Amino acid sequence: MQPISATNDFVVKFANVNGSGSASANELFARSILRMGVPVCSRNIFPSNIQGLPTWYEVRVSGEGWLGRRGETADFVVAMNPQTWNKDIDSIEPGGYLVFDSTKPLTTQKTRDDVHMLGVPLTRLSNTLEGTIPRERQLLKNVIYLGAVAQLLSMHLETVESLIAEQFAGKDKLIKLNYTAMKLGYDYAAEHLAGKCQLKVTKDDKVGDRIFIQGNDAAGLGAVFGGATVCAWYPITPSTSLAEAFTAHCKKFRVDPVTKKNNFAIVQAEDEIAAIGMVIGAGWNGARSFTATSGPGISLMQEFFGLAYFAEVPAVVFDIQRGGPSTGMPTRTQQSDILLAAYASHGDTKHPLLFPQDPGEAFEFAAQAFDLAERLQTPVFVMLDLDIGMNDWLCKPLQWDDKRKYDRGKIMTAEMLDAGKLFGRYLDVDGDAIPYRTLPATHPSKGAYFTRGSSRDRFAKYSEDGSVYVDNMQRLLRKFETAKTIVPAPVRRDAKEKTKYGAIYFGSTSPAMDEALAALEKDGVHLNTLRVRAFPFNEEVVEFINAHDQVFVVEQNRDAQLQKLIVNECAIDPARFISILHYDGTPITARFITGAIAERMKVTHKEAAE
Amino acid sequence: MTYIAKPKLHHPGLKPNKLGFTHRDYEGSISTLCAGCGHDSISAALIQACYELSIEPYKVAKLSGIGCSSKTPDYFLGPAHGFNSVHGRMPSVLTGANLANRDLLYLGVSGDGDSASIGLGQFAHCVRRGVNMVYICENNGVYGLTKGQFSATADKGSRSKTAVNNDSPIDLVSLALVLGATFVARSFSGDKKQLVPILKAAMAHKGSAIIDVVSPCVQFNNNPQSTKSYDFVREHNEAVNRIDFIESKAEITADYEPGTVTMVRQHDGSMLKLSKLHPDYDATDRAKAMAYLQERHAAGEVVTGVLFVEEQADDLHDALGTVATPLNNLTERELCPGSAKLADLNADYR
Repeated sequence: MQPISATNDFVVKFANVNGSGSASANELFARSILRMGVPVCSRNIFPSNIQGLPTWYEVRVSGEGWLGRRGETADFVVAMNPQTWNKDIDSIEPGGYLVFDSTKPLTTQKTRDDVHMLGVPLTRLSNTLEGTIPRERQLLKNVIYLGAVAQLLSMHLETVESLIAEQFAGKDKLIKLNYTAMKLGYDYAAEHLAGKCQLKVTKDDKVGDRIFIQGNDAAGLGAVFGGATVCAWYPITPSTSLAEAFTAHCKKFRVDPVTKKNNFAIVQAEDEIAAIGMVIGAGWNGARSFTATSGPGISLMQEFFGLAYFAEVPAVVFDIQRGGPSTGMPTRTQQSDILLAAYASHGDTKHPLLFPQDPGEAFEFAAQAFDLAERLQTPVFVMLDLDIGMNDWLCKPLQWDDKRKYDRGKIMTAEMLDAGKLFGRYLDVDGDAIPYRTLPATHPSKGAYFTRGSSRDRFAKYSEDGSVYVDNMQRLLRKFETAKTIVPAPVRRDAKEKTKYGAIYFGSTSPAMDEALAALEKDGVHLNTLRVRAFPFNEEVVEFINAHDQVFVVEQNRDAQLQKLIVNECAIDPARFISILHYDGTPITARFITGAIAERMKVTHKEAAE
Repeated sequence: MTYIAKPKLHHPGLKPNKLGFTHRDYEGSISTLCAGCGHDSISAALIQACYELSIEPYKVAKLSGIGCSSKTPDYFLGPAHGFNSVHGRMPSVLTGANLANRDLLYLGVSGDGDSASIGLGQFAHCVRRGVNMVYICENNGVYGLTKGQFSATADKGSRSKTAVNNDSPIDLVSLALVLGATFVARSFSGDKKQLVPILKAAMAHKGSAIIDVVSPCVQFNNNPQSTKSYDFVREHNEAVNRIDFIESKAEITADYEPGTVTMVRQHDGSMLKLSKLHPDYDATDRAKAMAYLQERHAAGEVVTGVLFVEEQADDLHDALGTVATPLNNLTERELCPGSAKLADLNADYR
């Protein structure tokens, strides 16, 4: 079998057992390639478990810069998990490579004639490391295979070494031990496997100043920059690392240098209901506050979303979506909370949603969400997913404009009250349907009101009068119209050639879509695209749909939730849409999108011809 | 129920407090509760306590859940903001509000359904955290607004007009003690003389102050078989102490018999003089207080008074190490690290 030969364009997959300490070695591999100037994207596929179950780390090396997952197969697999051996060997492309621990000879394990078996005696080599205990040797086995892989892929050894030095900075003994382990693997491969692998990483300059960061980390940082002071949360995968990132960044940036006191308050609540209750209490009292959760948490918080919508209290919610329904697939990705979040709570409600496409936008939208929540006095949802939240993505460096001021929205001050400005908590004075609010303890005798979830008039006085209720509900609808003008606009991209076909997509589908569009274009299929970045949808979304005969809507859920939201909110004939749906819990791939659209286009052309 | 607006004129003879406010300045809207409702007496006691302590009315935040009791924050301290949140979730909303601005006095008003049934979890956790607040449970053993179903505090065997309660009761006071509340009291809406000083002491307390106030429901649970009726509580009320609240600036004179009085100094310097009505009762010993409560409850008594107080308690802000400035007053200057820091951070992600 002809071996696969490729430079800077292949997929490497590490199959590990979770809890074996492989994550840092694998990440080191990805970062080493980035340091060599070659773009990578990485995806961690892990179980809802702490120790013993299978986990995979997949690195796509792409000199062309494609950052979506390529597909289900890999070109080069490091098989460290006997449980998944068969599945792993099956996932290799014909002509691909398998690195395995050859300390004991292969006996009953499945092999393939069309796969190049590259044995490295990892256990035996690790046993030669002097002065180590078994647990350390287990960890160092990961570094030994890292060395072997680096040699097989012709990687720059010094780059890997310098990253090890950075990782263990200040711990010279560990640096030395890791160097030794890596060299063991490297030398073994050089001596015994020379010339057996035709995949290569060569230095390039395609990475530029881009950074490699996880969406939850970036969003937590965005909350720091956006001025969040209160965070209440309850642990739930895949959102936990957002609250933890916020905590870590606050400890770095938000401790008063003189008093050593904290300019933030973070509470791990007893459940998601309490978490959102605290967020709403803090928002009511004028602090920028947020929670981070996932689908099950959003389900639990429903009643409070209705209160915040109706009583008009700012709140920011990060929903790191995972596979639903119910417990679903807690460690897999989906975009399946769109409708749940858009119409959260009983009665007539709707909420602004933001759809960041990568960690860079997660940072930006996180900060912006606090402005929007305070401007609109309502809960704002930042709709991340596990793929963005928990994987390292290559994206543009984060940016902040120091001239930027927080938009605290319409807050009536004591001075304004003393100047005789009329205060009605639910009174639309500016025509944008956003009323003024006062914060508790604003003024000794003016501006106090009673906040409640029951119907009230424009001056916050309890009322069960139908016309008073309708007046308020209509204003809330008009406020949603105002929201359309200030949420992030969609991004439109037109094909090189005129076309009557359009495609709408959002969130983490972005990198796979970029690649799919390029592939389709090569095949002569041209599509204009619109990347939706927020709900409510503004006029541009309607215009885009109206400008095309057929519009593909690419989503990572079963029920075409974004499409349904568009049909519902923009009163568009559902027949204009073709759903492209991927929802098996793995990130959507360019191959999937390209295949699905190409197939649909053929059918469409045939129908048109008949 | 009354619908006539209160006249705004003050009687010229009303005595102003240290800040120049009269009693009337601490009132709210007219109550819409039933005539004779215990809750209205609690509102009156709150007004009295705030007036006597010369609290600036607008520097209070009143939070509640859902139910008859949760409607009452509208009926006192009109110049203060109030938040009638969702059923059983007042504790979390109050916690968040408190995190945002540590400088206000937080009054959490709840009922037995709100606190002991739907909201038992939130009750427990806000107590555990030591949120600085006065948490009042207006306890009548029934759901008034839905017309008289038993709540989780109703005693086993207690009867309403149509039903008998067969479930064991939840005693919020015992629970608060177990959960580490630093101020625990029980009182009776019909005993203003006891309730007002308890409220004052609780307002001066730093940390979670939990007050269970038995407050008869005249409409649904004031029958002879009820243990939450006026008659029953009057007959079985066993006060463990008489409370005198002494503000921090007042001169303290020792005019009591040794061993008959416990003096407690709270965080703000105020003193609590607890005259013992039961010679063995020590309100500063949590374990003994718990044992005593169980014994007296078994004997069919309703034990009232300041049941436990920890002198120098810490609150949630101490645990979190938050700055003295209320978080809602911080600006970009303290909150935003700026572009230079972000540039350094970007380098760490390469």
